[in-house]
Amino acid sequence: MLVPAGSGDLYEKRKGVYPKAVDGFYRRLKWAIMAATLVIYWGTPWIRWDRGPYAPDQAVLVDLAHRRFYMFAIEIWPHEFYYVAGLLIMAGIGLFLVTSAVGRAWCGYACPQTVWTDLFQHVERFIDGDRNAQIRLANAPWSADKLARRLVKWQVWLLISFLTGGAWIFYFADAPTLQRAFWTGTAAPVAYAATGVLTATTFVLGGFMREQVCIYMCPWPRIQTAMLDEKSLVVTYRNWRGEKRGSVKKAAAHPGEFGDCIDCDQCVAVCPTGIDIRNGPQIGCITCALCIDACDKVMEQVGRPRGLIDYCTEDDANRERQGGVPRPILQSLLRPRTIGYLCVWTGIGLAMLFALGARTRVDISAQQDRNPIFVRLSDGAIRNAYTVKLRNMEARPRPMEVRVDGLQGAVLWTDAMARDQAMPVIAAMVPADSVARLRIFVAAPAQAPGAARQDFRFTVRATDREGGHDAEPARFERPQ
Amino acid sequence: MADDETPKIDAATGTQYKGHEWDGIRELDTPLPRWWLWTFYATIVFAIGYCLAYPALPMLHDYTRGMLGWSSRGALEKELAAREVQMAPLRQAIAATDIGKLAGQPRLMQAAVEGGRAAFKVHCVQCHGSGAAGSRGYPNLNDDDWLWGGDLTSIETTITDGIRNPDHAKTRQSMMPAFGRDQLLTAAQVSDVVAHIRVISGQDVANAASQRGAQIFADNCAVCHGPAGKGSRQVGAPNLTDGIWLYGGDADTIRQTVWNSRQGVMPRWNDKLDTATIRMLAAYVHSLGGGEAAPVDAQAAPAGNAAAPQP
Repeated sequence: MLVPAGSGDLYEKRKGVYPKAVDGFYRRLKWAIMAATLVIYWGTPWIRWDRGPYAPDQAVLVDLAHRRFYMFAIEIWPHEFYYVAGLLIMAGIGLFLVTSAVGRAWCGYACPQTVWTDLFQHVERFIDGDRNAQIRLANAPWSADKLARRLVKWQVWLLISFLTGGAWIFYFADAPTLQRAFWTGTAAPVAYAATGVLTATTFVLGGFMREQVCIYMCPWPRIQTAMLDEKSLVVTYRNWRGEKRGSVKKAAAHPGEFGDCIDCDQCVAVCPTGIDIRNGPQIGCITCALCIDACDKVMEQVGRPRGLIDYCTEDDANRERQGGVPRPILQSLLRPRTIGYLCVWTGIGLAMLFALGARTRVDISAQQDRNPIFVRLSDGAIRNAYTVKLRNMEARPRPMEVRVDGLQGAVLWTDAMARDQAMPVIAAMVPADSVARLRIFVAAPAQAPGAARQDFRFTVRATDREGGHDAEPARFERPQ
Repeated sequence: MADDETPKIDAATGTQYKGHEWDGIRELDTPLPRWWLWTFYATIVFAIGYCLAYPALPMLHDYTRGMLGWSSRGALEKELAAREVQMAPLRQAIAATDIGKLAGQPRLMQAAVEGGRAAFKVHCVQCHGSGAAGSRGYPNLNDDDWLWGGDLTSIETTITDGIRNPDHAKTRQSMMPAFGRDQLLTAAQVSDVVAHIRVISGQDVANAASQRGAQIFADNCAVCHGPAGKGSRQVGAPNLTDGIWLYGGDADTIRQTVWNSRQGVMPRWNDKLDTATIRMLAAYVHSLGGGEAAPVDAQAAPAGNAAAPQP
């Protein structure tokens, strides 16, 4: 990735990266994680969740049109966005936790850029062959065979990209309905636009940009690098064991002069970002650990101990370099910093679960008319008007009652009633999962103890079996 | 800080640097990826295309208009025209529906109130204020006191025909005599009748002057304001016993009113606004909190012009 010494170029030509297939523990772990993440991504919108007749039955649904977010048993309204903020904070602290413990594990295993690039590279190997065949094909002049292979490869990539971009939209509308509408051309234009854009970005980022995204475009490597410390697990080349590099033959000829690294370059060949891990930790390393698999295999073949390249903390590396014994891995993972992150992360999670469990699904808000603030009525009483919103966040219609609390002699009526029907309480049926907007007039005697401005509260109470109540502070204004 | 043109190579990264150094910190000359450069060129090409297609460059007296002919004013006009087309059926439906029957169609009523809110801001706020709270001499439309009636039909008639428009036969018309100025009553009699009004409006307790005034009131005022001073909507005579005063309820103001009379004027709108807009305004004013139900008694419903006093 670095410019050759002394070339003086301001711009760097793209270096081809043709990672070689490899098998081993970490490769299998990557397969498993890829399978899990792809199944979650493609499958989630199709999970059904019965919420009764008034709410959608899709388990995970971001209903932008109606401003509702459904996640299994949880329904979030726009004013409850702090739950989403809480999830984002948890994601951030989770990143701190993972990074301080096991380094750039997110980059190496779970990042969509990594997962889809990995998938695309597998397709590439299937069509073009492994690393050497790919390099040969890349350098070969254009021919019918090369063109055919390229077209087939791009088509498969395009198909995967389309499925990827197309799956995204199902999170925002009822998936089965949207799929039918999509194929009959009756879906919303934004569905086609989103699919088109995401298909294009998946195709370009997964097929062509690949490691360039990680090295030049993505801010996370910088952030994550800043969060690593000397006790974080990073992919490490044990240079004290590997140097000086030399082939098995040379080592046999000159015993004691060469280290364990036989300079076979397998670690470079399998690297999806095209770096040489033997140069030490670097920004291009996404810690996918495929070089560990490759090196272990070679070490087995030449009969040397595994782990020349391995997950290792900087502390342990220094200890080993000086002939010490590395500490148990748990001791590196469990340290005040990671335990602290874990506590904060768990604390926020538990607090949110508690809040979710205890939240009331009845809500009232009141906004006072500001122009005019008050109106004198013919009998001398003073009237204030309020726009009161009753939120019913349950998926069934609910009867509710609105009262005022702390305003002596006050009577209430709505714009649908006449003043002579005014009462101390207003009953309203709030439709399922929606907001009832009431314009409420409040009249009170002109003379009141104290100031012209009087604080009181609107209260709402659900009058069905489940109950639930809420209150909202408000002000009653009188002429000075 | 050394400035040496020969490239140097940073040992740790293998990247060249120019020789700039600040307190041991060197600035590396890390090369940009080539595709990044091409992306930059692509944005330049896009910008050229954009400048050709859309209004972009300032000239001496004008600016380049762009080949697509787009302008923000044009876009606004198009949006407004589209909205007009969209609203046309609703306006037609409102114009075709008798205002008394509007309340039976909540969707239409809602549209009328919203449309009236917008029209009010244009045509009515100059006198009645942006919140329709009025001011001295200009009625507050939020309250429950109406000179000419507060049901939808009465409000619509008031807006349509106006009040005291000399050029319009159907206008709402009534005339209170200037009792003092025209020497119908003496100054002492005016003071007595003012005292009576202060008593029936509950602002003073009965006294000798008010007792004298009661007879003067019965002889001169009760024909329009009613024997109890409750007013009459047939002639736009205000209720003198309630808490609302258009010009003021203190003794001095009432004396001026009796002495000179008041002749408030509201323009008629039937020559300026279409039926739908007037109907919307009526619906909006009715919705402000003082709107009344249509009178049940057919006799009591004034058919537009209520100039003739009832016997």
